Amino acid sequence: MIKALGYFIEIIRGIVITSRHFFVNMFFHILKVLGIKTKRKGAVTIQYPEQKKEIAARHRSLHRLMAREDGKPRCVACMLCVTVCPSECIYVEAAEDPDLEMQKYPSKFIIDIGRCCFCGFCVEACPEDAIRMDSGEIDFAGYTRDDLVYDLDKLLR
Amino acid sequence: MIVFIKIVCALVWFLLLTLYLTWLERKESAVIQDRIGANRASIFGIRILGLFQPFADAIKMIFKEDFVPAFSRKFLHTLAPFISFFFVAITISAIPFGDSIRIGERTISLQILDFNVGLLFILAMLSLGIYGIILSGWASNNRYTLIGGLRGTAQLISYEVALGLSLIGLIMVFPSLKLSAIVHYQGELIFGFLPKWGIFLQPLGFLVFLFAALAETKRAPFDLPEAESEIIGFFAEYGGLKWGLFMMTDFMEIIVVSTLLTTLFFGGWQVPWMAADGFHWPWGGEWLLSHWLVVVFQVAAFNIKVFFFCWLQILIRWTYPRFRYDQLMDMGWKLLIPLSLVNIVGTGIVMSIL
Repeated sequence: MIKALGYFIEIIRGIVITSRHFFVNMFFHILKVLGIKTKRKGAVTIQYPEQKKEIAARHRSLHRLMAREDGKPRCVACMLCVTVCPSECIYVEAAEDPDLEMQKYPSKFIIDIGRCCFCGFCVEACPEDAIRMDSGEIDFAGYTRDDLVYDLDKLLR
Repeated sequence: MIVFIKIVCALVWFLLLTLYLTWLERKESAVIQDRIGANRASIFGIRILGLFQPFADAIKMIFKEDFVPAFSRKFLHTLAPFISFFFVAITISAIPFGDSIRIGERTISLQILDFNVGLLFILAMLSLGIYGIILSGWASNNRYTLIGGLRGTAQLISYEVALGLSLIGLIMVFPSLKLSAIVHYQGELIFGFLPKWGIFLQPLGFLVFLFAALAETKRAPFDLPEAESEIIGFFAEYGGLKWGLFMMTDFMEIIVVSTLLTTLFFGGWQVPWMAADGFHWPWGGEWLLSHWLVVVFQVAAFNIKVFFFCWLQILIRWTYPRFRYDQLMDMGWKLLIPLSLVNIVGTGIVMSIL
């Protein structure tokens, strides 16, 4: 009997919680419709395409290749990123650089974003700080797989 | 002719409210859970809080493939959703929406058909709706739908007993089965100020009826026939508009239960202290209104009460988790039926003393 009464009290508490959420949120929604600005919002939703959440400084977004002062990529085609990449989505083809100090440059640098798992190992492995994941772009969906294959032109900015 | 107009108006009211209950369910559950809810459906970029969402849903369901599994009993499989839908939709014919309108010499009651046995008619039609569930469960020839159909049948038959018994006390207090007469009885006052509503005369009967009626709607916390996390339920083999009919049946049952709760326990279209010529306040004084204003007040009161109970049922659905099956049967047979019997005996004793 006492146990049943305890259940009954919990049932009442449950509906008090949900209806409290309902009325408090409705109050703030109505204030918003009336044009009164409040610090608290009726919902925690961020309506994505229109509103965007600020991306954290450490967020790993789309890759970019850094350029030297003359516009060529900093990359020296050492293949460390290709080696470390766990999803094997980076393809680099080296070519000879006339500059004796550099010796090599990437004639092709292709990242298949569709396979990338955004672990950031390539950024950590790079000795030249040539690849970074701080472009801040997070919406790069495509209709075909080929749309997601990014080459040197797209990556170098 | 008049009856035809009344049928059309009542069905339009019923179906529009059904459509917008789907919208209300999404929005209300969203507000309860600190979300916003469906607000993307738009016509030419006009959104208005996602009010076009029901129409988008309807269009989607209409253009889906009308699929009948090869292993099912095709005729019964097709028939089942229509049975479910029909027997819920027909109950609206006995519900009184308001008192009556006088146009010139004629008096038109705001009720499609004023049966002498209106209450029994509604209960009978709700019971016949079980056939839709068991037919769909059995004709789909799928073991999960069969389990769902059997669960639904057992649940509905169990709670039908409590549903009927809880109303006997009410019928003892308001000696009629005619719904318009029951509403008229509730227009009187107790002690000169309290409206003589069913809730004040039959609080225990109201509670039992509320729980039994919630179980009749087959929604959480009583959604064992559906139970989307364990068996998909009796409509697992349906798609498109046929599934949509089952979904609409669910929402129409909410409305029917709300109208029943309003009519039986909350005075139907009665506004407190309002007679046919206006308000008569219990502390003296009166506010006389024209006939048309009185009708508007009555219909508005009925609608507000029905909306409130629809809101309450959605709130309950989004608050409680599902019962276990033995708990469900325990509650039906060991709690609600004894309570309704106690209610009948108590009502009898009090009535014989007074």
